[in-house]
Formats: sequence, structure tokens, C-alpha cells
Amino acid sequence: MSYIKKNISILGPLIGLILFSIFLGIMNDSFLTLNNILNLLRQISVNSLIAFGMTFVILTAGIDLSVGSILALGSALTAGLLSSSMDPLLAIFLGLLIGFLLGAINGVIITKGKVAPFIATLATMTIYRGATLVYTGGRPITGLSDSFTFEMIGKGYVFGIPFPAILMIIMFLILYFVLNKTVFGRQVYAIGGNEEASILSGIKADRVKIWVYSLTGMLSVLAGIIITSRLNSAQPTAGASYELDAIAAVVIGGTSLAGGRGRIIGTLIGALIIGVIDNGLNLMNVSSFYQQIVKGGIILLAVLLDRSSNK
Amino acid sequence: MSDTPIIEMEHIDKSFVGNQVLSDVHFDIQEGEIHALMGENGAGKSTLIKVLTGIHPRDSGIIRWKGEEVKFSNPKEAEKEGIIVIHQELNIIPYLTVAENMFLGKELTYGKSGIIKSNEMKAQTKGILDKLGVKNIQPNDIAGNLSVGKQQMVEIARALATEAKVIIMDEPTAALTEREIRSLFNLVQDLKKQGVSFVYISHRMEEIFEICDRITVLRDGSYVGTRMVKETNLEAVVKMMVGRELGQRFPEKNNYIGDVILSVENFSSPGWFDNVTFDVRKGEILGVSGLMGAGRSEVMEALFGYRKSSNGHVKLDGKPLKANHPKNLIKQGIGFITEDRKVKGLMLEAPIRENITLANFKRVSKNQVIQTKKERELVNQLIKRLNVKATNSEQQVKSLSGGNQQKVVVAKWLGIEPKVLILDEPTRGVDIGAKKEIYTIINELAENGVAIIMVSSELQEILGVSDRVMVMHEGKVKGFFDRNEATQEKIMLAATGGE
Repeated sequence: MSYIKKNISILGPLIGLILFSIFLGIMNDSFLTLNNILNLLRQISVNSLIAFGMTFVILTAGIDLSVGSILALGSALTAGLLSSSMDPLLAIFLGLLIGFLLGAINGVIITKGKVAPFIATLATMTIYRGATLVYTGGRPITGLSDSFTFEMIGKGYVFGIPFPAILMIIMFLILYFVLNKTVFGRQVYAIGGNEEASILSGIKADRVKIWVYSLTGMLSVLAGIIITSRLNSAQPTAGASYELDAIAAVVIGGTSLAGGRGRIIGTLIGALIIGVIDNGLNLMNVSSFYQQIVKGGIILLAVLLDRSSNK
Repeated sequence: MSDTPIIEMEHIDKSFVGNQVLSDVHFDIQEGEIHALMGENGAGKSTLIKVLTGIHPRDSGIIRWKGEEVKFSNPKEAEKEGIIVIHQELNIIPYLTVAENMFLGKELTYGKSGIIKSNEMKAQTKGILDKLGVKNIQPNDIAGNLSVGKQQMVEIARALATEAKVIIMDEPTAALTEREIRSLFNLVQDLKKQGVSFVYISHRMEEIFEICDRITVLRDGSYVGTRMVKETNLEAVVKMMVGRELGQRFPEKNNYIGDVILSVENFSSPGWFDNVTFDVRKGEILGVSGLMGAGRSEVMEALFGYRKSSNGHVKLDGKPLKANHPKNLIKQGIGFITEDRKVKGLMLEAPIRENITLANFKRVSKNQVIQTKKERELVNQLIKRLNVKATNSEQQVKSLSGGNQQKVVVAKWLGIEPKVLILDEPTRGVDIGAKKEIYTIINELAENGVAIIMVSSELQEILGVSDRVMVMHEGKVKGFFDRNEATQEKIMLAATGGE
């Protein structure tokens, strides 16, 4: 009973996901094939990774609009390092560190500068994008490493499973543990639940928030490296409007934009729903113009259902 | 009193999803009377009011308005007849002026043009405020800049602007200073003479006996009885409310007062408090009295590192204490139960368990990982110790009564096993049974050597619980009184700045 109650927020999205999948499976023979499912998992990995970070941010009652720009800047700088024939593992590590720092800047502006997260990240979204354009001169960075390690990240398979999907699942498990089993995770919920009460109970809310934005920055660059590896180039316009899909996945997954309430497994389901819509409608040859209408409709439906279940 | 009551509610039943919250309740209001509606939290007082004003439809029963049966389907209809509710949470829009707030939703316009006659609104507001004898509020004041007490006055003025026949007030004095309470009571008496009736909901017994004519008591959603104030007394009413003898209001204590544990010297924060010096001893209960805005809460918040202090020395056990973040203070064994539990104390959406753990991560985690079993043990033990009435530790805090919410806050702080515990208005909005339980806990802590600092605006509570009383006035400490020399008069005199 308490198990159902605890999971009620993801029950709706989960049922939605199953119904969609059955519907698409009936409409199209190739949808429920192993190949397509693995393909789907790879497709959603980029959005999922960003959305995992976004879940933490939204749980603290914040928002991060700059994820797409961080993705682009981090990818471009990583690509730059790779094309100067740096060791790929080191380049990836430095890329992730850059993402972490760009996120930390967001966090510091929001906490120490006391700027609303929406405004702060709206500004850094523009700044980071501009920096990407300056660094790349507006042109893609190509001619990257042909090392096995780097190719593996975006294009590789392990036991027939796409490597990005594995990366996504590993990150999910780690972040699930962090959010549900650690003091840090509990503090993230607490800040979103009542920031003043949290501080008065001894939580260093500013520090926790800076960590949350840093984590999101790092996950965004990780997602960017997957794209860079797949395309074997870094695009200056990469990640544009990715924040919207990430926020959509979090919201569809039942996390409250007011903070303090939500689950990361919901976000995974949310990302799957978005992926299933994209993938399924593609298979059915529905125009991408219509896909947007459907996606928007689903977001609206998810929020409306969440609202009525909270009454 | 005339023969036909202005409002008569008979055999009112109401249930929410199978949960009976009102059963066979009777309530009537005579013209020009002040009628107290009493009962512990959860007794059904607010539900009864909501049924009356049409927020909740009744399941069965009859409501008569001036002798005729009515069925209001929303508060607006009730308001049209002259039944006004002043809620505990004020309905003031902070960015609008007093006049704009007064006419909210019923703005005066040129015909149907939608263009507002702002000068006339201001003039009428001025007229109403003058009639109330309120001189220090101007129609052009921004409502949000006024003190809570003045905002309350604006709400009352708004009720009058609509020619109210019945005014229902829910805990109107909770946020008022003594002086503001006086002028509110004068106003209520004046209006009563003009034939306006009042329903007065309050936990403050003294006020009820001072101002009300009749008392109706509800318990667990049932009607217990109605008494004339003149023919009853405090003990009898309490017994009606709790259904048993409560015994002494303030339990006996047997605490031993030891050495000084916390000393505060020349503590200042410009604009808030100035040169505050006091100490508190092991096992001692120091009551802190003063009017609203005297700087009591601010001193405590600064002491706890939540608010900046400019200078001063704070020592714990003789060692200097750095008050830079609550975290450090908690580590040193200082706990702080804040004034407003909903704003600063609780995560209302979260379960009891997470609220209690909030200040106790150290005790229930290992290498930053929460030990689920340890957490449950600690939480269940504290819930039991404080007698929190809940189905289990996973219940959402917002679904608990005020008294039980406050017990959850107290439980959180008992978890840190404090050496010094600061309590700011620990029993505000808490029913009488839970109040006594909280006093008992405070006494137990003191008996075990914990130093207690208790800020309270209730003089009875200060006198009943404290070993020593510190009085503040406009940011300064005005004096200390020992338990045996403290009286209401002495404290009030010091609190109002008298020598």
C-alpha cells in the first residue's frame, strides 16, 4: 500500500508509456522489435542525461535553461582538445570538468548573487552560446580523434547494447542512489520543500544548490560528448532548445516545478515517453510538424493529470 | 437579545470521503452578540464556518438566516447578505494600497466603464478608517508595508465597508500587539452596540472570557454545548473541549538550575536590536517577553546564525561561539524551534519522517549514506516520545493538526539532543491539550539539564513556565524578573517601555 502511494506520481506516466507503446506496436510492426527498442534507448540517452540533472535542479525549485549552451561549449572545447591530439580520456575528463565549472558559475550567480534561476540561466544560456560561437568561429570542429575510446562513446555497442544507452543506465543508477539514499539527495528535496526550514535545520543550502547546477552542467557535457562522438564533429549550434525537452521529461515524469516533490525514475519514464513519440511517429511517417503538436499535447496532459491527482 | 437568531444552524452533518467531520452540530448567533466557537484543532470549527458560508456544501441539516432557510453556494452569496469571514491568513494584496485593498473586487467605477474612481475610493476608505478610530493607516499606504496588526485592521475595515451583519474572525489576535488587541476589542464592542454579531474563534481563553457573550464548544465534529460566559468558567470550558479534566494548565516541574551555559554580551544588529546581554543556565527556563516587533525573534535568529549580527560575544560553556550558519550552532548542541512553523519550520508536503531527519542527518547516516533502519528507529522513537498523533511516520505533515505539526518540529530538535534549546512562540495555534504536552516536554528537558530560552507573547505562558523572565522593548533588554517576583503588570510595564 505505502509502496503504491510512494510511487503514485510515476504511475500515470508509466501507464501512459505502456499504452503508447502498445498502440504504436499495433500500428507498426517494427516498433516493438529488439532492434528498434535498442535504437530508442540510444536516441533518448542524450535527453535523459540532461534531464537527470534537470531533475535535481527542479527538485530544489530551480530551473536551468543553459543546459543546451553548456552542452555546445563543453563539446566544442572537448573537440578542440581532441583535434590537438590530446589523449581522448583526458580530453573527455577536461570536457566534463568544464561542464561542471560552467554549471558552478550558474550556481554561484543564483545563490551568492541572489538572482532567480530562470533569469540567471537565461543570461548564461546566451553567454555560453556566444562563447561557443566565438570559440568555433561559427563553424563545426571536425577531424577529431579516431581513437577507439572516443568512437565507442557515441557509436559503440557492448553485448549488442548501444554504449550511450549503457552510459545512461549507469548514470541513472548512480543518481538514483544519490537522490534516494544519501544525505545530499535528501537535502536536495528539503531545499525544494522549504528552503528556510532547511537552512534553519543546518543545511548549507547555497552549497547544495551550487553542486546541483554543477552536476547538471557536467551531465550536459556528457550528453554533448555522445553527440560529438556520433557525428565525429562538434557543432556550434548543438543542443539548441534541448532544455525544453529536458524540462518536458522532468515534468511528464511527475516532478513538481515548485520543487521538493518528484522522482528521477519518473524523469526516465518521461524521457522514454518523449522518445517513443518521436520514434513511433517517425516510423509511421508522421511529419515532424505534427510530432511537435503531439509532444506539446502530452506535456499539457501530464501536468493536468498531476494537478488533479494532487487535489 | 431578540428571539429569532440571525443565524441558526441545526443538525449539520458533513463528511469528506467517508470521514465524518461534523455530525449533528447546532450553532446559532443572536443579533448583536459575540459568540465564541471553541474546540481543539480538528474539532470542526473551520469546517462549520465553511459550511455556513457555502465553501463546503452540507450533507444534511438546516441553515436559517433571519429565520428563513438558506443555502449559500459560495462565500460571495453569504457576503452579499452581510456574513463576512476574516481568515487567519490575511487576504491582503501586498503591492496594492490600503484603499485598493478595501475595494478589491468591488471597485467604484464610472458606470460600467471599468475606469476606477480612485479619489472617491480613497475618501470612503478614509471615512471608514476614521469611523474605526484608526489614525495611523492612510488610504495611500502600500498594504504590504504595514505591520501584520495594521493589515488585520484593514481587513476588518474592509468587512465594515460591506455593511456586515455577522463578522466571523478566526484567530484575529494571533499576530497583534497588546495595544492593537485593545483597539480591536473596543471596535468590536462598538459594532456590537450597533447590532453587528461576531463569531470569535480563538485559542486564547482569557480573550474569550473578556469579550464574548456565549461559548459554543465542538469536539471531534460533534456539538458539546453552548454556555453563557457569565455562567461558566475556564475549567468547565476546557473540560468541554477535551472531554476530561485536564488538571493544571501548567504542569509542575522539578528542575535544578546549574551553571551558566550560554552567555550573550553586547549583541547588536543595527535596526533590529541593540546591546543585548543575557545568559541562561543549565536546567533553567528563561522566558523572553515583549511586544510584537521588540526584536526578540531577531535576537534568537542572529544567535542561531540565521541573521547577521554586527558585534557582540556569544559564549557556550565559556568558549566563544561563531554564529555564522545554523549548521555550526546545531553541531555545538543548540536547537532553535522557530516562530512560524509553516514558513520556517516544516516541509509541509514531506512526510513526518523526512521532517524529523532534517536536523539529524549525522545520527542516521554513515559516510553520507542514509541508514534506513537507523532513521526509522530514531523517527519512531521521537514520534512516540512526543505522542504525535499520526497513522505512521510516512504521513504528510500538512495533513496533521497544528498541535501535531508543532510536535513534529519539537521532535526534530529533540533529535539533536540539545544543550540549549530556543523556542520561539512554541504553542502558537496549538490546542490546549497539545499545549500542555509541549510544556511537559519543556519541563522534562529542563529537568535533564537542558537550558531553555522560550520567546512567547502569551503572558500567562511566560509566567507559568519560566524560571526567569527577560523583557525586551524596541530592541533593548528592559529587565529581568525572577519567577517569584514576576507579575503581568511588571512585565507589561517593562514591555511597553515603562521604567
